[in-house]
Amino acid sequence: MQDALALAQNNLLSPMVLFFALGFLAAAAKSDLVFPEAVAKALSLYLLIAIGFKGGVIVAERGVDTTMAMAITAGFLLSAVIPFIAYAILSRISTLPRIDVAAVAAHYGSISIVTFVASTSALDALGIKYEGYLVAVAAIMESPAIIAALLLSRGEREASDPGQSDGLMREVLLNGSILVLTGAFVIGWITGPAGFEQIDSFIVDPFKGVLCLFLLDMGLIGGRGIQRSAKELRPPVILFGLFMPLIGASIALAGALAIGLDAGSAALLMTLAGSASYIAVPAAMRVALPEARPSIYLTLSLGITFPFNLIVGIPTYIWAANAMIGV
Amino acid sequence: MDTHPKKRLEIFIEAPALSRVSHILDNAGVPGYTVLPVISGSGDSGPWTRDGLVSSAGGMVTIVCIVDEDQMDKLLEKVFKVVSRQIGIINVSDCQVVRDAKFQVH
Repeated sequence: MQDALALAQNNLLSPMVLFFALGFLAAAAKSDLVFPEAVAKALSLYLLIAIGFKGGVIVAERGVDTTMAMAITAGFLLSAVIPFIAYAILSRISTLPRIDVAAVAAHYGSISIVTFVASTSALDALGIKYEGYLVAVAAIMESPAIIAALLLSRGEREASDPGQSDGLMREVLLNGSILVLTGAFVIGWITGPAGFEQIDSFIVDPFKGVLCLFLLDMGLIGGRGIQRSAKELRPPVILFGLFMPLIGASIALAGALAIGLDAGSAALLMTLAGSASYIAVPAAMRVALPEARPSIYLTLSLGITFPFNLIVGIPTYIWAANAMIGV
Repeated sequence: MDTHPKKRLEIFIEAPALSRVSHILDNAGVPGYTVLPVISGSGDSGPWTRDGLVSSAGGMVTIVCIVDEDQMDKLLEKVFKVVSRQIGIINVSDCQVVRDAKFQVH
């Protein structure tokens, strides 16, 4: 228990979480602080390249084994199954229309790469090792949830416009964030430690500072989203945004135990399963399910679940993985 | 200077749906169009801004297209098929162009 409290305290007082809180408070105080869109996108690209490349280098160093294939399969299955669980829960506890429920379910099956980055950062700070291929697991978990949401909302979509989703999967699979993350991972894998030496001053030293900047922006966006959509988010929906990450993470922990992941990697798999997308899936939902309200799914993902994971989820996942698997 | 009457089609649409609208314009053989970023605004869902956004969801773009009047109805019908389900508006206005040849349908 003491470990859990120490973890929570370390996490709460980390610059990353405090910068996120600063953004949230600035939004609450209606500050005029803004990040231009181009800057936010550049920061996001940097983080994707850095985390993807580092993951690839770790794989090059440690080699490939069957656990990697099993972890990637587990990630795929988690992303495909969690939307059905999320859909079943949210449709029972809320009065949201089915189309909104399906869109929310897709977000919770997919992942938040920045939550993943924050989790790797917390593990690094604690000196807990993890496998580099979790980056590949992250990339594979972006898309299956979108297909699941399309299946869940098939009736509504066919009634309104059956051709609307044409070409959607191509757009989803070639989504910029997935492409950069996967590409950087492959480049890191090919070039290995020698490649890492050439660009480590770019992808290691500025990493935490850039993450702080990005989280400041996320705090602003999340805080402003909540202010705008507070009336639409009823208590059962907010509760869903708080407990669904724990359900997803618990299923991931069971999977991690089954395939024999180490504690750090298990914590990362839990983070992925417990996080909700706010980059790839919202864009896909605007095309596939345009009747679903972004004020519900984007605010829930970015304004409720993202801060929950950053403040409570990540230390909880690390603690639970350590308790069940051991360092 | 001689000018020629045309119709100006202006489409405000969510950024994720841009490729669908531009695909329609390309296939309809319109001579050209311009896409402009939209910084912020306010509508049915309240005020919004693209500041700080990472995802294209939540961002809006404007597509401006100038065509002959006899092309407009057909084009409008196709474009509206996409826009009707998304957040967005379409407006059509009269305009004059100087170089008529630039606006001939391919």
